[in-house]
Amino acid sequence: MSSFRATELDRRNQRRERWVRGLFLVMTLMLILPVLIILGTLAWRGHSVISLDFLLSFPTNGMTEGGIFPALVGTLWLVGVALVVSVPMGVAAAIYLSEYAPENLLTRSINLAIINLAGVPSIVHALFGVGAFVLFFNFGTSILAAGLTLAVMTLPVVIVSTRESLQAVPQAFREASWSLGATRWQTIRRIVLPNSVSGILTGVILEVSRTVGETAPIMFTGAAFFLPFLPLGVGDQTMALSLHLFTVSTQVPNVPEALPFGVALTLISLVLILNAVSIAFRMYLRGKKKW
Amino acid sequence: MVETPLLERPKKLTVENLSILYGDQVALNDISLDIRENEIFGIIGPANSGKTSFLRAINRMDEMSDDMLVRGKVALDGCDVRSWRNVYALRSRIGVVFPLPVGLPLTIYENVALSPRLRGVRNKVELDEIVERCLSRAALWDEVKDRLDSLGSLLSGGQQQRLTIARALSQEPDVLLLDEFSIAVDPVTTMRIEDVLKELREEMTIVLVTNLVQQARRLADRTAFFLGGELVEVGMTEDLFRRQVKDQRTTDYLEGRFG
Repeated sequence: MSSFRATELDRRNQRRERWVRGLFLVMTLMLILPVLIILGTLAWRGHSVISLDFLLSFPTNGMTEGGIFPALVGTLWLVGVALVVSVPMGVAAAIYLSEYAPENLLTRSINLAIINLAGVPSIVHALFGVGAFVLFFNFGTSILAAGLTLAVMTLPVVIVSTRESLQAVPQAFREASWSLGATRWQTIRRIVLPNSVSGILTGVILEVSRTVGETAPIMFTGAAFFLPFLPLGVGDQTMALSLHLFTVSTQVPNVPEALPFGVALTLISLVLILNAVSIAFRMYLRGKKKW
Repeated sequence: MVETPLLERPKKLTVENLSILYGDQVALNDISLDIRENEIFGIIGPANSGKTSFLRAINRMDEMSDDMLVRGKVALDGCDVRSWRNVYALRSRIGVVFPLPVGLPLTIYENVALSPRLRGVRNKVELDEIVERCLSRAALWDEVKDRLDSLGSLLSGGQQQRLTIARALSQEPDVLLLDEFSIAVDPVTTMRIEDVLKELREEMTIVLVTNLVQQARRLADRTAFFLGGELVEVGMTEDLFRRQVKDQRTTDYLEGRFG
């Protein structure tokens, strides 16, 4: 019977196990805490401003009253332009890197460059946007210039996440398809892409979240503090939620206290709603996952 | 019908001085052999003896990986496979069955219809007909005919392996390469597949790489013994098992006194 009794070593391992588990749990809770506090504060102090009228009317009285309609519309414009440019480009680049590129110094350099690009501060992207899109391509300060700047900034996220989800498709599937006489592209289109859509979508979700909240890259390239009209095309300037939040928080005197919280709450809700829709779509696709 | 003696039949595959390297590592060293029409050609040998690399050189899969280097010549019907300008047409004439069954993440129907679709068959009736014929010949039709729209990858291992055979047959191949097909398959299914292969021999040339010495004995007309990248010897399977061998190592391996 003695062999079933816990030894001193067993007891010590069990104590350590409980301790380590507790430590990790605490760390996890500490991560969630700030999120809950932020959301809670925003909801508590900002909900009184939110109404349909707030979302659908223009700011009035030096932006101390009225709504945020043009900023909301402007943010959608910017995210739209950024997505239209960066998703096709990023997915195409990722497909090349994952499916076509030979394993050599050039490919490794490109991969390294992409990772570094993801680490460039957004204010640097902003200055690049001014130099490249506003001045060199002469788009002026416009939705186009700002959207392109956002696209450049978020491209690495799309490329890296797309490449990773492509590489998660087992190599055996590719080999089986090739041995049937399929070309690389036929294999990608029929086998690889259908099985990595959910992962690619994750990258897009990340991109949307980042794009909606970015302020610096659009400040100098296309976003305005206040415009009394809605943008009609990509050549116009626009207001944007993130910049509007900055403005009403710090640049305008005598703003009612609840107003910035309302703007922030709208911004974060927009991100959450976009994410929720994408996640739902992703779960739907993953439900159909085939291996 | 009088069968032409094996060694008087035309050569389907001719291999001359074939060497395969992965970086500095030699997987296959200067192999020459030929495989006749409508033959089941067995290749036996322990792990890492170059059997799989040999198969990959036949359908030029080395071109899909960066580090595999092939030297020497492999000819299909007397024509060097390297000289085929359309590698996809070459591959579509060669069916491959992998060690672990690879049911593509498609429906059972689409697994078998993929290759015909790739070569341009669009007609639904024609596709239905091909799918039924190939699944029947792979001895799978009766088990799956009511659920052709469910996923191929959800079948059991043995069923998936028969599905991959059906898929290979849908290519209407001249040559069928099997790489240790029975590794993940139960013994009963293995016997069913072996019966299928015996029938297929009438129509195509089969190269059977196997770990199971007895499987080579049951199926192969001739058998080659690979060891550490060398071709130790090729001979009529019956002769090898009657100890009519040129190299003592062959008998040692066949009788399990090895490794």
